[in-house]
Amino acid sequence: MRGGTGVRADPAGPLVRPYAVTRGRTRPGPGAGLDMISVVVAVRDRAGGAVRQPEHARILRICRRPVSVAELAARLDLPITVVKVLVGDLIAGGDVAARAPLPAADLPESNLLQAVLDGIRRL
Amino acid sequence: MASDGSEPDTRERPDIPVALKILVAGGFGAGKTTLVGSVSEITPLSTEEVMTEAGAGVDDTAGVEDKSTTTVALDFGRITIADEVVLYLFGTPGQDRFWFLWDELAEGALGAVVVADTRRLDSCFPAVDFFERRRIPFALAVNRFDGASRYSAEEVREAVDLGPDVPVVPGDARLRESGKEVLVALVEHVIRRRSPAMSG
Ligand SMILES: Nc1nc2c(ncn2[C@@H]2O[C@H](COP(=O)(O)OP(=O)(O)OP(=O)(O)O)[C@@H](O)[C@H]2O)c(=O)[nH]1
Ligand SMILES: [Mg+2]
Repeated sequence: MRGGTGVRADPAGPLVRPYAVTRGRTRPGPGAGLDMISVVVAVRDRAGGAVRQPEHARILRICRRPVSVAELAARLDLPITVVKVLVGDLIAGGDVAARAPLPAADLPESNLLQAVLDGIRRL
Repeated sequence: MASDGSEPDTRERPDIPVALKILVAGGFGAGKTTLVGSVSEITPLSTEEVMTEAGAGVDDTAGVEDKSTTTVALDFGRITIADEVVLYLFGTPGQDRFWFLWDELAEGALGAVVVADTRRLDSCFPAVDFFERRRIPFALAVNRFDGASRYSAEEVREAVDLGPDVPVVPGDARLRESGKEVLVALVEHVIRRRSPAMSG
């Protein structure tokens, strides 16, 4: 290990604050299978019975085009954990579909890595 | 009504784009957010994720109440690779005392960029240690701040004690070309590591 323990007092103060609101509703339950880069898309225009809160409706509007959970969280200004639960509600209600990220271990399809490389070079 | 734990298999949707992620880590103020912003097609977004603090007095058999959770602020950018592939770059929080939170963050990552600030090279050590221990491929972006003495890539490699295969890419995090260069070096490194012919 480099440079000792790596622990030192931070003069800028804590970046984090305790977050307890979603405790117990994070998993298991709606949204348990979602990753912060799961991509979510609305599967129908009319909201179903799962739309019970204004946030559900806002999520449906935003994900008319595919969007990641992290992007939803940023645009709704809600913690990712909360968005996972809300998206989980919508998945359970059949309003949205999601696609999990590719597990890194499944990536040796070098075509995909080559595509990533080409995509970055095109920037 | 609720269908706890019985969600549809979300991997069977080839019509939805798939996402990949690369982490951008390093010491406090090293230029992580700047690097994310310089290559991202969107203005970096920020969000919060609640992470479980592993180890900190957590009893395996205890209920959720006893687990301590912490909110970590993340910023991220996006690069659309193709219609069906999107790459996200996540900037990790700079304070190294939160390194233990990165486990959840690192899960499934394609790789990482560690941003080193040559004025405080040691501030990247915890990130380097972290990715080495978890065998996550990473590249070192050596961010040259104005007026900072210019170490060569090899001097930095030696000072940080990096393996010979780890890409060391000097640059300026504010420039897109620098960001591209280190990301290209990282993905090439990932491809090499995955190619069995090269790992003999
Ligand atoms: N001269 C110079 N300044 C830079 C460079 N990269 C970043 N900066 C500046 O350094 C400051 C910190 O950069 P950030 O990108 O916010 O650093 P960070 O690593 O995200 O910081 P934390 O998230 O707080 O740990 C900003 O004012 C940047 O404009 C660089 O390559 N050269
Ligand atoms: Mg930052």
